[in-house]
Amino acid sequence: MDVLYFAWVRERIGLPKERVETNAATVAELVEELRAREERYAMAFEDLSALRVALDQELSDFDAPLDGVREVAFFPPMTGG
Amino acid sequence: MDIRVLADPFDFGAEAQGFAARQSASGAVVTFTGIVRDTDAGLLAMEIEHYPGMTESQLTGFAEQARKRWALEDVLVIHRHGRMEPGDMIMMVATAARHRKDAFDAAEFLMDFLKSRAPFWKREITRDGASDWVQSKDDDEDALSRW
Repeated sequence: MDVLYFAWVRERIGLPKERVETNAATVAELVEELRAREERYAMAFEDLSALRVALDQELSDFDAPLDGVREVAFFPPMTGG
Repeated sequence: MDIRVLADPFDFGAEAQGFAARQSASGAVVTFTGIVRDTDAGLLAMEIEHYPGMTESQLTGFAEQARKRWALEDVLVIHRHGRMEPGDMIMMVATAARHRKDAFDAAEFLMDFLKSRAPFWKREITRDGASDWVQSKDDDEDALSRW
């Protein structure tokens, strides 16, 4: 699946988008896999309460299943307007 | 319904005039525009990042919800991304309805959702060279609960 990062999540991880092969069943499991990769991921996912997630461009939550999902995006709370 | 996400500046006067002129069944048009404001630290610029695709679908979804909830004749949302300076217009919302209360309420609803549910992120660059992401405000989140 494609994993996208925005704002300071993108800056901490150092890239806007990557292809991730995973068997993670939920967003939380995917986060655990990413955290275990490298320090920059661990830093970006340090505090999940400071993060939001979208699945196929719909806001979702960390307990949500990844079955059939093609695009996951992680970002801080939004500041539009 | 007209939803636009753009990098270029927009002409608020022309947009407001065009929107109002298109209405014939409406007795009320409400517009809101957000402007980059200077800060105590002295703002050099603001940069807005967004999530192409999701931004447009979220904004369209908010406009559709507003149309279900209020008797609206038309909705316009324009939001910029990229680099802006103090005084520049960031975004505008316009609503048209037969009566003003629907137009006012729907415009407020759209603004509240746009602030904390549309995937935009602001970064402020101050004149001393510092740069940081704008933090979301609890007030903005709380504002959603009234709808």
